[in-house]
Amino acid sequence: MPLRQAVANLVRDGDSVALEGFTHLIPFAAGQEIIRQRRRDLTLIRLTPDVIFDQMIGAGCARKLVFSWGGNPGVGSLHRFRDAVQRGWPVPIEIEEHSHAGMANRYAAGASDLPFAVLRGYVGTDLQKHTPTIKPITCPFTGEQLTAVEALRPDVGVVHAQRADREGNVQLWGIIGVQKETVLASERSLVTVEEIVDELEPLPGAIVIPTWAMTCVSEAPGGAKPSYAQGYYQRDNEAYRAWDEISRDPDRFGQWLEEEIYAEEGSRV
Amino acid sequence: MTTAADSEVTSDELMTVAASRALRDGAVCFVGIGLPSTGANLARRTHAPNLVLVYESGTIGAKPSTLPLSIGDGELAETADSVVSVPEIFNYWLQPGRIDTGFLGAAQIDRYANINTTVIGGDYDTPKVRLPGAGGAPEIAANCDQVIVIVRQSTRTFVEKVDFVTSVGFGSGPGSREKLGFRGRGPVKVITDLGVLEPDPESCELTLTQIHEGVDPDQAREATGWPLAVADDLVVTAPPTPEELEVLRDLLATQKRPGQS
Repeated sequence: MPLRQAVANLVRDGDSVALEGFTHLIPFAAGQEIIRQRRRDLTLIRLTPDVIFDQMIGAGCARKLVFSWGGNPGVGSLHRFRDAVQRGWPVPIEIEEHSHAGMANRYAAGASDLPFAVLRGYVGTDLQKHTPTIKPITCPFTGEQLTAVEALRPDVGVVHAQRADREGNVQLWGIIGVQKETVLASERSLVTVEEIVDELEPLPGAIVIPTWAMTCVSEAPGGAKPSYAQGYYQRDNEAYRAWDEISRDPDRFGQWLEEEIYAEEGSRV
Repeated sequence: MTTAADSEVTSDELMTVAASRALRDGAVCFVGIGLPSTGANLARRTHAPNLVLVYESGTIGAKPSTLPLSIGDGELAETADSVVSVPEIFNYWLQPGRIDTGFLGAAQIDRYANINTTVIGGDYDTPKVRLPGAGGAPEIAANCDQVIVIVRQSTRTFVEKVDFVTSVGFGSGPGSREKLGFRGRGPVKVITDLGVLEPDPESCELTLTQIHEGVDPDQAREATGWPLAVADDLVVTAPPTPEELEVLRDLLATQKRPGQS
């Protein structure tokens, strides 16, 4: 299904939407299509709200952010994210903050249809004072004090992968992040791929998500740029550095939004 | 190529070399991006060829030929012994204590080496400065056998009390880690641009034990937001060797080549 149509069908105003991809295979094309369709009041979920969430937050798509590390990797701050938290621009944003270990476990619990996950984490930190989805729990067998985190069950999970076959079975390899957990934890899921091939050739370390476990697969070549897709293209480190300047000034960001996102309106069918 | 004699050693280079020297050969090391990654890669190319680099992106035993810009660069996955998912790296590898050394940075650090990377000033909901947040740090701080912190020393950073505890060092002092049930020993070194601080074995308070060449202990005192204890047997950091500097500068050059990823 074309990406534009897939986003229109799957993502609604007010939804909780997870976009995952841990540095690798970040679903930029899908995220930018959500901006283009002017979705509002979303709860955006992502371990590392980097440049893609900075774009979505700056464009006013988000009401709430669930995350564990919000920065531009290797570069510095996310200016749109900071503006939203520090001065409510363009709209105030609520945050729910975790650690990576907690977020990863929350997806795993969601994928397993459990209400929560258990880990050794957060103990002694101030995160547990501010995040209601972190609670202490006692082991029923040993009495040990552990930490429970509430399962993540997003309305929509969006990930990018290298390729799919014509039936829609998806294959990905390299750094696989929490992609599988995101798809399986979400009510509806959208997977964008670099290409659709006749047959998925087995590759070392590759995983396959069967077609019936996803709602929608869309072909989106280059859909992870400026992040990378192993075997297809490399990370565009210059683009990450350039984002720092584009995003620093709200007017410059607004211009970028017009030129790079909204100008394409209707062109991607 | 630059040779060691060509230019003065920068404070970044000093810190990176100190980090590298803190790693023993064969150790398993959880690496964050920036100075820790550079230090670990320097160690692997000098005295610790069997150092195992683990990045939180799930790459175990990565052997990058160039310095990565992010913890998930393709080079890391392509050169790793094993690539695992994010739930797996935290649950199966970090949580059970399989990692010897974790590196952390800090926006604020206190006398008990508690770390803040979340918010500064104001209150949590309306902070003066919103920082990136926790990432993998709270569990790295709790579960690695030992932690090395790398941070520049100033009164802005070295504060009496952190505004937010993102990662626990020694909590409120002796016995805190045990009470919290932590597996690891906590921070063993805080490497700064002025010297190295280590926790006092009894009080757990960070104490200046090593000073870089040309730095006066008073400079370190002035750059610390609490009355800094200085060890009686204060050691002066041995300057980087020509080999360390040459390897380090070559490494850094790999990151600057245009089109490099």
